[in-house]
Amino acid sequence: MADEAPFQFLHNEVIQYISKSAEKGETENGRNITKLENMGFRVGQGLIERLTKDTSRFKDELDIMKFICKDFWTCVFKKQIDNLRTNHQGIYVLQDNKFRLLSQLSAGKQHLEHAPKYLSFTCGLVRGALSNLGVKSIVTAEVSVMPACKFQVMIQKM
Amino acid sequence: MWSTACLFHHDGMIAFQPTSMRNSELFTLTYGALVTQLCKDYENDEEVNKQLDKMGYNIGVRLIEDFLARSSIGRCQDFRETADVIAKVAFKMYLGITPSVTNWSPAGDEFSLILENNPLVDFVELPDNHSTLIYSNLLCGVLRGALEMVQMAVDVRFVQDTLRGDNVTEIRMKFIKRIEENLPAGDE
Repeated sequence: MADEAPFQFLHNEVIQYISKSAEKGETENGRNITKLENMGFRVGQGLIERLTKDTSRFKDELDIMKFICKDFWTCVFKKQIDNLRTNHQGIYVLQDNKFRLLSQLSAGKQHLEHAPKYLSFTCGLVRGALSNLGVKSIVTAEVSVMPACKFQVMIQKM
Repeated sequence: MWSTACLFHHDGMIAFQPTSMRNSELFTLTYGALVTQLCKDYENDEEVNKQLDKMGYNIGVRLIEDFLARSSIGRCQDFRETADVIAKVAFKMYLGITPSVTNWSPAGDEFSLILENNPLVDFVELPDNHSTLIYSNLLCGVLRGALEMVQMAVDVRFVQDTLRGDNVTEIRMKFIKRIEENLPAGDE
């Protein structure tokens, strides 16, 4: 879809920029991932504000997570999360079987080592969105075969 | 212990259909986050402008392929036709706006794109200490990079910007030269 292209190209360029500055000093790698994540966080905060303008109050944490999996994901990636699992103790696993930002990279294990940097921004996106809904969290991601990936959300109790 | 949440029991309809308007917000906000980051990373606005242009160029050289594949537009006969395609097809397709094309130079090698509303600056307010920042400079790079891939060297710059108090946003495009196809040496 044409209106997705600008975001995808921009996202790639942001990653290029951040990882190029990472090459200059190896030790900075962690900090650069943080930069990407922080950018996502800001964007997530902004998006959720505009997205929840007309929705009613959420019942509970699970309700919020469902909103992230359905409406938020559809807004950003044009599809829903394929599977949401929880241990009912504050950990949620969101699985996307065809993650938009990976689906054009590879369908398998090729280039797998590059996959993580394509996920940091989205981790931040989710964390930022949750944060503006009053949920403090840590979001991580893992990929074993592209383009499927899992995001793990750990809710931090206040 | 682990269970699948009943995410999709009453599946079928999503609460709302996200519009392309919302998707452009994603782009706008991401771009904003990028500019913010660049302003932190570089000491002066000039460097930020340069970096934005460079990133735009990288996007442009890729975006042109996407554009040609989608629009099935052939080679332009002259610069006027190029201007029309950029304003009416490309801007419309990717940003959902149609800038007007004006201020042609007598020689027909220079024109302006007037943007009534620039989606990149939707939620932006420039702080006073960034008076020389060309916020949307990415666009210049995109245009330059894309046109270079169709053998046109073009100078692209912002001459007016509503973010800096002007009434309109104006991008000036100046045709420099036609880039010759590089044939390998000895190959006719």
